[in-house]
Amino acid sequence: MANSHSHHVPSDGGAAQRKLIWKTFWVLLILTALEFLIAFTMHHGTLRITIFVLMTIVKAFYIVGEFMHLRHEIKTLIWLILWPVVLVLWLIVALIVEGGFIFEELNIFKFLK
Amino acid sequence: MASTITSTSGEPKLWLGGVEPMKASYGKLMMWFFLISDTFTFSGLLVSYGLIRYSFPAYKGEVADFAFSNLYWPIPEKVFAAVPFLHGVYLPLVFVGIMTFILIFSSVTMVLAVEAGHRMDRKNVEKYLLWTLLGGITFLGCQAWEWSHFIHGTDQGSVIRELINGEWIERTVFGASLKENQYGPVPFADLFFFITGFHGTHVFSGVVLNYLIFYRTATGFYDKRGSYEMVEKVGLYWHFVDLVWVFVFTFFYLV
Repeated sequence: MANSHSHHVPSDGGAAQRKLIWKTFWVLLILTALEFLIAFTMHHGTLRITIFVLMTIVKAFYIVGEFMHLRHEIKTLIWLILWPVVLVLWLIVALIVEGGFIFEELNIFKFLK
Repeated sequence: MASTITSTSGEPKLWLGGVEPMKASYGKLMMWFFLISDTFTFSGLLVSYGLIRYSFPAYKGEVADFAFSNLYWPIPEKVFAAVPFLHGVYLPLVFVGIMTFILIFSSVTMVLAVEAGHRMDRKNVEKYLLWTLLGGITFLGCQAWEWSHFIHGTDQGSVIRELINGEWIERTVFGASLKENQYGPVPFADLFFFITGFHGTHVFSGVVLNYLIFYRTATGFYDKRGSYEMVEKVGLYWHFVDLVWVFVFTFFYLV
Protein backbone atom coordinates (compact mmCIF):
# COMPACT_ATOMS: atom_id res chain seq x y z
CA MET A 1 0.00 0.00 0.00
CA ALA A 2 2.76 2.41 -0.89
CA ASN A 3 0.20 4.80 -2.33
CA SER A 4 -1.85 5.35 0.81
CA HIS A 5 0.65 6.36 3.46
CA SER A 6 4.06 7.85 3.54
CA HIS A 7 4.95 6.64 7.05
CA HIS A 8 7.63 4.07 7.62
CA VAL A 9 8.14 2.37 10.92
CA PRO A 10 11.41 3.73 12.30
CA SER A 11 14.18 1.27 13.12
CA ASP A 12 13.78 1.87 16.87
CA GLY A 13 10.09 0.88 16.73
CA GLY A 14 8.94 4.45 17.35
CA ALA A 15 10.68 4.87 20.71
CA ALA A 16 12.15 8.25 19.74
CA GLN A 17 8.76 9.50 18.68
CA ARG A 18 7.12 8.36 21.92
CA LYS A 19 9.83 10.19 23.84
CA LEU A 20 9.03 13.36 21.89
CA ILE A 21 5.31 12.95 22.66
CA TRP A 22 5.95 12.75 26.40
CA LYS A 23 8.36 15.68 26.21
CA THR A 24 5.62 17.74 24.56
CA PHE A 25 3.20 16.67 27.30
CA TRP A 26 5.54 17.92 30.02
CA VAL A 27 6.07 21.22 28.20
CA LEU A 28 2.30 21.75 28.00
CA LEU A 29 1.78 20.75 31.62
CA ILE A 30 4.54 23.00 32.95
CA LEU A 31 3.33 25.96 30.88
CA THR A 32 -0.22 25.51 32.18
CA ALA A 33 1.06 25.27 35.76
CA LEU A 34 3.07 28.46 35.22
CA GLU A 35 -0.06 30.19 33.92
CA PHE A 36 -1.79 29.35 37.20
CA LEU A 37 1.14 30.66 39.20
CA ILE A 38 1.05 33.93 37.26
CA ALA A 39 -2.74 34.17 37.58
CA PHE A 40 -2.46 34.27 41.38
CA THR A 41 0.77 36.17 41.92
CA MET A 42 0.77 38.93 39.33
CA HIS A 43 -1.30 42.10 39.23
CA HIS A 44 -3.93 42.43 36.54
CA GLY A 45 -2.66 44.52 33.66
CA THR A 46 -1.31 44.68 30.13
CA LEU A 47 1.96 42.91 31.01
CA ARG A 48 0.06 39.95 32.47
CA ILE A 49 -2.19 39.70 29.41
CA THR A 50 0.88 39.83 27.13
CA ILE A 51 2.54 36.99 29.06
CA PHE A 52 -0.63 34.87 28.89
CA VAL A 53 -1.01 35.44 25.14
CA LEU A 54 2.65 34.55 24.51
CA MET A 55 2.38 31.37 26.61
CA THR A 56 -0.78 30.41 24.72
CA ILE A 57 1.03 30.82 21.40
CA VAL A 58 3.89 28.63 22.64
CA LYS A 59 1.40 25.96 23.73
CA ALA A 60 -0.37 26.20 20.35
CA PHE A 61 3.02 25.79 18.63
CA TYR A 62 3.65 22.52 20.50
CA ILE A 63 0.14 21.13 19.96
CA VAL A 64 0.02 21.97 16.24
CA GLY A 65 3.71 21.28 15.59
CA GLU A 66 4.18 18.00 17.47
CA PHE A 67 0.74 16.49 18.20
CA MET A 68 -0.70 17.47 14.82
CA HIS A 69 2.67 16.80 13.22
CA LEU A 70 2.59 20.03 11.21
CA ARG A 71 6.22 20.87 12.04
CA HIS A 72 7.29 17.77 10.13
CA GLU A 73 5.18 18.43 7.03
CA ILE A 74 6.57 20.22 3.99
CA LYS A 75 6.87 24.01 3.96
CA THR A 76 4.01 24.66 1.52
CA LEU A 77 1.52 22.90 3.79
CA ILE A 78 2.83 24.72 6.88
CA TRP A 79 2.39 28.14 5.25
CA LEU A 80 -0.97 27.14 3.82
CA ILE A 81 -2.23 26.55 7.37
CA LEU A 82 -0.43 29.45 9.04
CA TRP A 83 -1.28 32.36 6.74
CA PRO A 84 -5.06 32.32 7.27
CA VAL A 85 -4.40 32.17 11.02
CA VAL A 86 -2.12 35.21 10.87
CA LEU A 87 -4.93 37.15 9.17
CA VAL A 88 -7.33 36.02 11.90
CA LEU A 89 -4.92 37.30 14.57
CA TRP A 90 -5.03 40.66 12.84
CA LEU A 91 -8.83 40.60 12.96
CA ILE A 92 -8.79 39.86 16.70
CA VAL A 93 -6.46 42.80 17.42
CA ALA A 94 -8.46 45.12 15.14
CA LEU A 95 -11.79 44.34 16.77
CA ILE A 96 -10.46 44.55 20.34
CA VAL A 97 -9.27 48.08 19.51
CA GLU A 98 -12.66 48.73 17.92
CA GLY A 99 -14.35 47.54 21.13
CA GLY A 100 -12.34 50.10 23.06
CA PHE A 101 -13.62 52.84 20.74
CA ILE A 102 -17.21 51.68 21.16
CA PHE A 103 -16.72 51.94 24.91
CA GLU A 104 -15.23 55.44 24.72
CA GLU A 105 -17.47 56.95 22.05
CA LEU A 106 -20.85 55.60 23.00
CA ASN A 107 -19.99 55.13 26.65
CA ILE A 108 -23.36 53.66 27.49
CA PHE A 109 -22.38 53.74 31.14
CA LYS A 110 -21.43 57.41 31.47
CA PHE A 111 -24.80 58.37 32.95
CA LEU A 112 -24.20 56.03 35.87
CA LYS A 113 -21.89 58.23 37.86
CA MET B 1 -15.34 10.35 -5.94
CA ALA B 2 -12.27 10.16 -8.06
CA SER B 3 -10.06 9.62 -5.06
CA THR B 4 -11.60 6.39 -3.85
CA ILE B 5 -11.62 3.75 -6.52
CA THR B 6 -12.41 0.14 -5.89
CA SER B 7 -9.93 -2.06 -7.64
CA THR B 8 -10.78 -5.30 -9.38
CA SER B 9 -9.95 -7.28 -6.24
CA GLY B 10 -12.68 -5.38 -4.41
CA GLU B 11 -10.19 -3.75 -2.10
CA PRO B 12 -10.49 0.05 -1.83
CA LYS B 13 -7.41 1.94 -2.94
CA LEU B 14 -6.84 5.46 -1.70
CA TRP B 15 -5.51 8.33 -3.80
CA LEU B 16 -4.75 7.03 -7.26
CA GLY B 17 -3.95 10.52 -8.47
CA GLY B 18 -0.23 9.87 -8.60
CA VAL B 19 1.95 12.29 -6.63
CA GLU B 20 0.29 13.41 -3.39
CA PRO B 21 0.00 17.20 -3.19
CA MET B 22 2.16 18.54 -0.37
CA LYS B 23 3.09 14.96 0.50
CA ALA B 24 -0.08 14.53 2.56
CA SER B 25 -2.80 12.05 1.72
CA TYR B 26 -6.17 13.15 0.40
CA GLY B 27 -7.98 12.52 3.68
CA LYS B 28 -5.42 14.32 5.80
CA LEU B 29 -5.42 17.38 3.52
CA MET B 30 -9.19 17.56 3.63
CA MET B 31 -9.10 17.29 7.43
CA TRP B 32 -6.65 20.20 7.51
CA PHE B 33 -8.91 22.27 5.27
CA PHE B 34 -11.89 21.49 7.47
CA LEU B 35 -9.90 22.47 10.56
CA ILE B 36 -8.95 25.78 8.95
CA SER B 37 -12.62 26.54 8.31
CA ASP B 38 -13.43 25.50 11.87
CA THR B 39 -10.69 27.85 13.05
CA PHE B 40 -12.57 30.67 11.34
CA THR B 41 -15.77 29.75 13.18
CA PHE B 42 -14.08 29.69 16.57
CA SER B 43 -12.17 32.87 15.72
CA GLY B 44 -15.52 34.52 15.01
CA LEU B 45 -16.61 33.68 18.54
CA LEU B 46 -13.34 34.78 20.14
CA VAL B 47 -13.30 38.00 18.08
CA SER B 48 -16.83 38.76 19.28
CA TYR B 49 -15.67 38.11 22.83
CA GLY B 50 -12.79 40.59 22.43
CA LEU B 51 -15.02 43.25 20.90
CA ILE B 52 -17.79 42.95 23.49
CA ARG B 53 -15.38 42.56 26.42
CA TYR B 54 -13.65 45.86 25.60
CA SER B 55 -16.86 47.76 24.92
CA PHE B 56 -17.82 47.23 28.59
CA PRO B 57 -16.13 48.91 31.56
CA ALA B 58 -13.48 46.89 33.36
CA TYR B 59 -13.47 46.43 37.15
CA LYS B 60 -11.22 49.15 38.55
CA GLY B 61 -10.85 48.35 42.25
CA GLU B 62 -8.75 45.86 44.24
CA VAL B 63 -9.21 42.19 43.37
CA ALA B 64 -9.89 41.36 47.03
CA ASP B 65 -12.85 43.77 47.19
CA PHE B 66 -14.46 42.46 44.01
CA ALA B 67 -18.22 41.94 44.07
CA PHE B 68 -20.46 40.82 41.23
CA SER B 69 -22.23 43.61 39.38
CA ASN B 70 -23.89 43.96 36.01
CA LEU B 71 -22.19 47.35 35.57
CA TYR B 72 -18.67 46.08 34.80
CA TRP B 73 -17.02 42.98 33.33
CA PRO B 74 -16.29 40.36 36.02
CA ILE B 75 -12.89 38.96 36.96
CA PRO B 76 -13.14 35.36 35.68
CA GLU B 77 -11.31 33.77 38.64
CA LYS B 78 -14.09 35.13 40.90
CA VAL B 79 -16.78 33.60 38.71
CA PHE B 80 -15.23 30.16 38.24
CA ALA B 81 -14.27 29.31 41.80
CA ALA B 82 -16.38 26.27 42.63
CA VAL B 83 -15.40 22.60 42.68
CA PRO B 84 -17.82 19.64 42.90
CA PHE B 85 -18.33 18.16 46.41
CA LEU B 86 -16.65 21.20 47.99
CA HIS B 87 -19.66 23.43 48.37
CA GLY B 88 -18.96 26.96 49.51
CA VAL B 89 -15.17 26.59 49.39
CA TYR B 90 -13.47 29.33 47.38
CA LEU B 91 -11.12 27.57 44.94
CA PRO B 92 -10.55 29.91 41.99
CA LEU B 93 -9.88 28.23 38.63
CA VAL B 94 -9.09 24.87 40.25
CA PHE B 95 -11.85 22.97 38.49
CA VAL B 96 -11.12 24.48 35.08
CA GLY B 97 -7.47 23.59 35.69
CA ILE B 98 -8.45 19.96 36.21
CA MET B 99 -10.52 20.08 33.00
CA THR B 100 -7.55 21.52 31.08
CA PHE B 101 -5.30 18.76 32.40
CA ILE B 102 -7.82 16.07 31.38
CA LEU B 103 -8.03 17.42 27.83
CA ILE B 104 -4.25 17.78 27.41
CA PHE B 105 -3.76 14.26 28.72
CA SER B 106 -6.38 12.84 26.35
CA SER B 107 -4.51 14.56 23.52
CA VAL B 108 -1.35 12.73 24.59
CA THR B 109 -3.09 9.34 24.61
CA MET B 110 -4.55 10.16 21.18
CA VAL B 111 -1.14 10.87 19.67
CA LEU B 112 0.16 7.67 21.29
CA ALA B 113 -2.68 5.79 19.55
CA VAL B 114 -1.65 7.37 16.23
CA GLU B 115 1.96 6.35 16.88
CA ALA B 116 0.91 2.78 17.66
CA GLY B 117 -1.13 2.80 14.43
CA HIS B 118 2.02 3.54 12.43
CA ARG B 119 3.45 0.29 13.81
CA MET B 120 0.19 -1.60 13.11
CA ASP B 121 0.11 -2.33 16.84
CA ARG B 122 -3.63 -2.97 17.26
CA LYS B 123 -3.55 -3.70 20.99
CA ASN B 124 -1.92 -0.39 21.83
CA VAL B 125 -4.20 1.56 19.46
CA GLU B 126 -7.17 0.08 21.33
CA LYS B 127 -5.68 0.83 24.74
CA TYR B 128 -4.83 4.46 23.98
CA LEU B 129 -8.13 5.11 22.20
CA LEU B 130 -9.95 3.89 25.30
CA TRP B 131 -7.96 6.32 27.47
CA THR B 132 -8.76 9.11 25.01
CA LEU B 133 -12.46 8.23 25.12
CA LEU B 134 -12.37 8.23 28.91
CA GLY B 135 -10.72 11.67 28.91
CA GLY B 136 -13.26 13.08 26.47
CA ILE B 137 -16.26 11.76 28.38
CA THR B 138 -14.85 12.98 31.71
CA PHE B 139 -14.31 16.42 30.22
CA LEU B 140 -17.92 16.53 29.01
CA GLY B 141 -19.11 15.51 32.47
CA CYS B 142 -17.05 18.27 34.06
CA GLN B 143 -18.46 20.78 31.62
CA ALA B 144 -22.02 19.68 32.40
CA TRP B 145 -21.34 20.27 36.08
CA GLU B 146 -19.79 23.66 35.40
CA TRP B 147 -22.75 24.75 33.28
CA SER B 148 -25.16 23.59 35.94
CA HIS B 149 -23.31 25.56 38.61
CA PHE B 150 -23.11 28.63 36.37
CA ILE B 151 -26.84 28.47 35.64
CA HIS B 152 -27.93 27.93 39.24
CA GLY B 153 -25.56 30.50 40.71
CA THR B 154 -24.23 31.12 44.21
CA ASP B 155 -26.24 30.74 47.41
CA GLN B 156 -26.66 34.47 48.02
CA GLY B 157 -27.08 35.50 44.40
CA SER B 158 -26.12 39.08 43.66
CA VAL B 159 -27.83 42.44 43.47
CA ILE B 160 -28.01 43.97 40.02
CA ARG B 161 -29.00 47.54 39.15
CA GLU B 162 -31.09 48.37 36.12
CA LEU B 163 -32.33 51.65 34.67
CA ILE B 164 -36.00 51.10 33.89
CA ASN B 165 -38.13 54.08 32.79
CA GLY B 166 -35.57 56.50 34.23
CA GLU B 167 -35.56 54.81 37.63
CA TRP B 168 -32.86 52.64 39.16
CA ILE B 169 -34.29 49.28 40.12
CA GLU B 170 -32.30 46.90 42.33
CA ARG B 171 -33.06 43.22 42.53
CA THR B 172 -31.34 39.98 43.45
CA VAL B 173 -30.50 37.56 40.67
CA PHE B 174 -29.44 33.94 41.09
CA GLY B 175 -27.28 32.34 38.43
CA ALA B 176 -27.24 33.12 34.75
CA SER B 177 -29.24 32.55 31.61
CA LEU B 178 -29.21 34.18 28.19
CA LYS B 179 -31.31 37.04 29.61
CA GLU B 180 -30.06 37.45 33.18
CA ASN B 181 -26.68 37.21 34.79
CA GLN B 182 -25.64 37.45 38.42
CA TYR B 183 -21.91 37.52 37.61
CA GLY B 184 -21.74 40.52 35.31
CA PRO B 185 -23.23 42.04 32.16
CA VAL B 186 -25.63 39.72 30.29
CA PRO B 187 -23.31 39.29 27.25
CA PHE B 188 -20.72 37.70 29.59
CA ALA B 189 -23.10 34.79 30.24
CA ASP B 190 -24.17 34.66 26.58
CA LEU B 191 -20.55 34.38 25.44
CA PHE B 192 -19.85 31.75 28.10
CA PHE B 193 -22.73 29.60 26.85
CA PHE B 194 -21.88 30.08 23.16
CA ILE B 195 -18.12 29.60 23.35
CA THR B 196 -17.90 26.73 25.86
CA GLY B 197 -21.06 25.21 24.35
CA PHE B 198 -19.67 25.24 20.83
CA HIS B 199 -16.41 23.78 22.10
CA GLY B 200 -18.30 21.14 24.10
CA THR B 201 -20.21 20.16 20.96
CA HIS B 202 -16.86 19.63 19.27
CA VAL B 203 -15.67 17.46 22.15
CA PHE B 204 -18.87 15.44 21.85
CA SER B 205 -18.35 14.93 18.09
CA GLY B 206 -14.76 13.95 18.85
CA VAL B 207 -15.92 11.34 21.35
CA VAL B 208 -18.33 9.89 18.75
CA LEU B 209 -15.57 9.76 16.11
CA ASN B 210 -13.15 8.23 18.59
CA TYR B 211 -15.71 5.59 19.48
CA LEU B 212 -16.21 4.76 15.79
CA ILE B 213 -12.50 4.29 15.13
CA PHE B 214 -12.13 2.34 18.39
CA TYR B 215 -14.90 0.00 17.20
CA ARG B 216 -13.27 -0.42 13.79
CA THR B 217 -9.87 -1.01 15.37
CA ALA B 218 -11.26 -3.59 17.78
CA THR B 219 -13.03 -5.46 14.98
CA GLY B 220 -9.84 -5.55 12.92
CA PHE B 221 -11.08 -3.27 10.15
CA TYR B 222 -7.86 -1.24 9.87
CA ASP B 223 -5.69 -4.36 10.00
CA LYS B 224 -7.62 -5.67 7.01
CA ARG B 225 -7.28 -2.32 5.23
CA GLY B 226 -3.58 -2.33 5.98
CA SER B 227 -3.49 1.22 7.29
CA TYR B 228 -4.42 3.06 10.49
CA GLU B 229 -4.58 6.42 8.75
CA MET B 230 -8.13 7.04 9.93
CA VAL B 231 -6.83 7.13 13.51
CA GLU B 232 -4.44 9.85 12.37
CA LYS B 233 -7.22 11.91 10.76
CA VAL B 234 -9.50 11.71 13.81
CA GLY B 235 -6.40 12.48 15.87
CA LEU B 236 -5.95 15.75 13.97
CA TYR B 237 -9.52 16.68 14.86
CA TRP B 238 -9.07 15.74 18.51
CA HIS B 239 -5.88 17.81 18.86
CA PHE B 240 -7.69 20.73 17.27
CA VAL B 241 -10.38 20.48 19.95
CA ASP B 242 -7.61 20.54 22.57
CA LEU B 243 -6.02 23.52 20.83
CA VAL B 244 -9.29 25.47 20.89
CA TRP B 245 -9.59 24.77 24.62
CA VAL B 246 -6.11 26.22 25.19
CA PHE B 247 -7.35 29.47 23.63
CA VAL B 248 -10.71 29.42 25.44
CA PHE B 249 -8.86 28.79 28.72
CA THR B 250 -6.59 31.78 28.22
CA PHE B 251 -9.11 34.29 26.88
CA PHE B 252 -12.14 33.32 28.91
CA TYR B 253 -10.71 32.16 32.22
CA LEU B 254 -7.30 33.82 32.64
CA VAL B 255 -7.28 37.24 30.96
